[in-house]
Amino acid sequence: MPDVKLTIDGEPVAVPTGTTILKAAEHLGRSIPTICYHDHCTANGLCRICVVEVSGVGPLVPACLTPVNEGMKVTTASARAERSRRTILEMLASAVDLSEAPEIQKFIGEYRAQGARFPEAQRREYPVLDDNPMYIRDYSKCILCWRCVQVCAADAQFTYAINFTGRGFETGIGTFFDKPMPETTCVFCGQCVGVCPTGALKPKRESLLEQGLRPDEIIEATRGGGNRRGKPR
Amino acid sequence: MITPDRIVPTTCPYCGVGCSLELHIKNDYIYKVTSPFDAIVNRGNLCVKGRFGYDFVYHRERVTTPLIRTKAQAPGARTQAFERDQWREVSWDEALDYTADRLVEIYNRHGADAMAVYCCAKATNEDNYLLQKLYRALFRTNNVDHCTRLCHAGSVVALQMALGSSAMSNTAAEVIHSDVFLVTGSNTAETHPIIALQMKAAVEKHGAKLIVVDPRRVEMINWSALWLPEKPGTDVPVFSAMAHVIIRERLYNEEFVRRRTEGFEDFSKSVAKFTPEYAEAISAVDRNLIVRAARMYAMAKNAAIYWALGIPEHSHGTDNAMALIHLALLTGHIGRRGTGLNPLRGQNNVQGASDSGAMPWHYPGYQRVDDEAAARKFEQAWNLEPGALNRKLGLTTTEIMSAVGPGGVRALHIMGENPMMSEPNLNHTRQMMERLEFLVAQDLFINESGAYADVFLPATSWAEKDGTFTNTDRRVQRVRKALEPRGESLPDWEIVCRLAERIEERLGRPRSAFWAYAGPSEVLEEMGRVVPEYAGVKYRRIEKQGLQTPVWDEDHPGTPHLFTETFPRGKGKFHPLEYVAAVEMPDEEYPFILTTGRLLEHWHGGTLTRHSKLDDLYPEARVEINPADAARLKIEDGQAVRVSSRRGTIVLRAWVTERTTAGVVFVPMHFAEAAANLLTIDALDPLAKIPEYKACAVRIAPAKKEELARPEGKVQRGRY
Repeated sequence: MPDVKLTIDGEPVAVPTGTTILKAAEHLGRSIPTICYHDHCTANGLCRICVVEVSGVGPLVPACLTPVNEGMKVTTASARAERSRRTILEMLASAVDLSEAPEIQKFIGEYRAQGARFPEAQRREYPVLDDNPMYIRDYSKCILCWRCVQVCAADAQFTYAINFTGRGFETGIGTFFDKPMPETTCVFCGQCVGVCPTGALKPKRESLLEQGLRPDEIIEATRGGGNRRGKPR
Repeated sequence: MITPDRIVPTTCPYCGVGCSLELHIKNDYIYKVTSPFDAIVNRGNLCVKGRFGYDFVYHRERVTTPLIRTKAQAPGARTQAFERDQWREVSWDEALDYTADRLVEIYNRHGADAMAVYCCAKATNEDNYLLQKLYRALFRTNNVDHCTRLCHAGSVVALQMALGSSAMSNTAAEVIHSDVFLVTGSNTAETHPIIALQMKAAVEKHGAKLIVVDPRRVEMINWSALWLPEKPGTDVPVFSAMAHVIIRERLYNEEFVRRRTEGFEDFSKSVAKFTPEYAEAISAVDRNLIVRAARMYAMAKNAAIYWALGIPEHSHGTDNAMALIHLALLTGHIGRRGTGLNPLRGQNNVQGASDSGAMPWHYPGYQRVDDEAAARKFEQAWNLEPGALNRKLGLTTTEIMSAVGPGGVRALHIMGENPMMSEPNLNHTRQMMERLEFLVAQDLFINESGAYADVFLPATSWAEKDGTFTNTDRRVQRVRKALEPRGESLPDWEIVCRLAERIEERLGRPRSAFWAYAGPSEVLEEMGRVVPEYAGVKYRRIEKQGLQTPVWDEDHPGTPHLFTETFPRGKGKFHPLEYVAAVEMPDEEYPFILTTGRLLEHWHGGTLTRHSKLDDLYPEARVEINPADAARLKIEDGQAVRVSSRRGTIVLRAWVTERTTAGVVFVPMHFAEAAANLLTIDALDPLAKIPEYKACAVRIAPAKKEELARPEGKVQRGRY
């Protein structure tokens, strides 16, 4: 495929047609911040942290989704883009528990985002869902990046056990009819746990270890109390 | 939030896919498992076992001290000891001295034929190489086998006969380059979950068409263009009828047949009678489906065949696999990317254990024991006097068990396997185990087989040792020590070496076959000197990414797909086939065909997964029965039923489901309390000696809830 020529922050670069601005910038060794984006998942431009300025285009555009064009002039860190990123981080921090999201914490530091900028904001708080032996779901930590939904669907597993539920502020990740995981199509592959950026999805063992249980206590907590299988009755 | 002390890259110990893992460890506890997204095999994806199934490492019933039975066992009156107070904790010195004394005493009294060993497809290449070396070099016996006999032996023999090879021809991930692929005898979504993801992506994203041939409505059928629901054991008629159509309609690759195969004329005559109508009468597959499948496969640009144990685990398993090989030889769908003959290997290291010589007819690298030059070569390599090695073919897994008794096998050493769950017709196996004079168990847990042992040698798990596994597409990958051995447990390779030194001393051998390895990498070096396909596999070359054998030298890049230009035996050879029915067909007394297999959540005999939280997810056996059959027998979903064959009886819950076809019931093999293999038949394939796990006759009757092992429990699962 023919290469497309463009400039990023004034530096010329040629990349194959169809390359996104994000990947073209990586080609130059220039990193654009991302949160919902994951190399393993389909990009959706949900979090908008990766927005950049393109000459002649009014709105900021998401770098993870936008393919390059011939002659495009991209500015990755304009004041407008940076203000936008800072506000996104401040809004996330105002509503979601980011305590186990080290990458987002790093951005909050870098962009000097004020976690307390919106003190009146309603926080998204939900009880921890502990309905299966393999992983817990703590949606107070969920930023709705959609990675878990996508790997459960056509990005990896083709199982379709989880999806978005609700609308607006009530939007969440859930199962059909709110069924507990074992009653859904879930196969407990944990691809969702593997791509969760905020600790909202976590192995049950890790969660029990955090609560101070010892390894032998964790195994005792299995259904049979750790009894041998097939013991003659 | 836990910060790991270390993250150790390694390879999954469950199935043959060979996924890369990263073990996240805090205070020597594996609290989380991830996979790198650039991993060549699995691209960051794992299944439930791979991601969550490692808590067995810490189970309190794991044995971490050598044990000797408190009550001396006598042949014929051997008993099972599951409780710890039936064993005495001893030092390694005492356990190994005792083991060496008893083995040498039996060898001196009864000779080489009295000795036998089961190697282990869960253990590393290094572990297996050394254990077969011990029994061959010191006890001069070829009674060395492992569970490959119970899984793909039929495929291996057929591939050897037709092509001269015995592994997957292509890389599983190449399925996205196939236009058409045929999956048969494989519940891929449950047994090779990561390969199933690649298959689903091939259909959903790359436009491939999938043909499934299976008596069960397995999950992959949701992605298939065609499903041929055959009766169990009718593979030869179905696939021979496809060959019939391909020849009749001149859809075969004439140039390929002429240039790269032999025996076409005879074969062509032999399939004349396998018309689609004839195949339909035997298999119950609609003749039109057979014709469509034949055309779809033959007319594809690149078509591949994937199969698992539904093909070889029959009394005519070699024929079944041969019928598939014929399709590839006819159409030339082999030797290119996206084509091939791909037996999906079950165990994480069944390919490697076979490569390492854990088989009765072959030294490492498939070099025959009755080949004089091969025997000489290994005598030299192992520092033995000329003529020392036994030239006689050894006994296979099932033959070893049948040969137990006076004048036959007296001593058995089991590393990691569990014949009391995995052999067919377990009531017979039980009698044989009771007859042994001496039994060594080398394992993590006292399972149903280890409970019969005189001495228990506690091995480390895969997380506590270094080594290599060879996965289903021949990729040799590193296994890394992530934890210190629990208790006094030792890596298998080290147990074997320490035992071998003691045996060698007691036998008074003038020259040592050499057991003083500094570590597993030296063992692989030695194996590479005698197995040409492994000559270029060195630890330093596979630290980041595994190499696919053959790797002929240290500069060789490995081999993603085989047979580009030629087959190892030269030309691919057709073998005319006849239809042979399963040994036991349903009748009035036993009207159902039983077929057995695996579940997503469990592994084989259950030694690992039933000591894990995986058991919480799927805690009990269920027999799958078709709604039409259930209605006739007035059996409701979840009800207790008694399933009986001519050999045994089990009680378990019924799962009324269209996953199985009418007349066929399915029982998973993992549950000791309702062991499927109490029912199965110990009929063997005459060539491969593989048992007929996939078809025997049973009857079903309602039972009382109280007869269930866990009357209160019920599997709560919504997955397919």
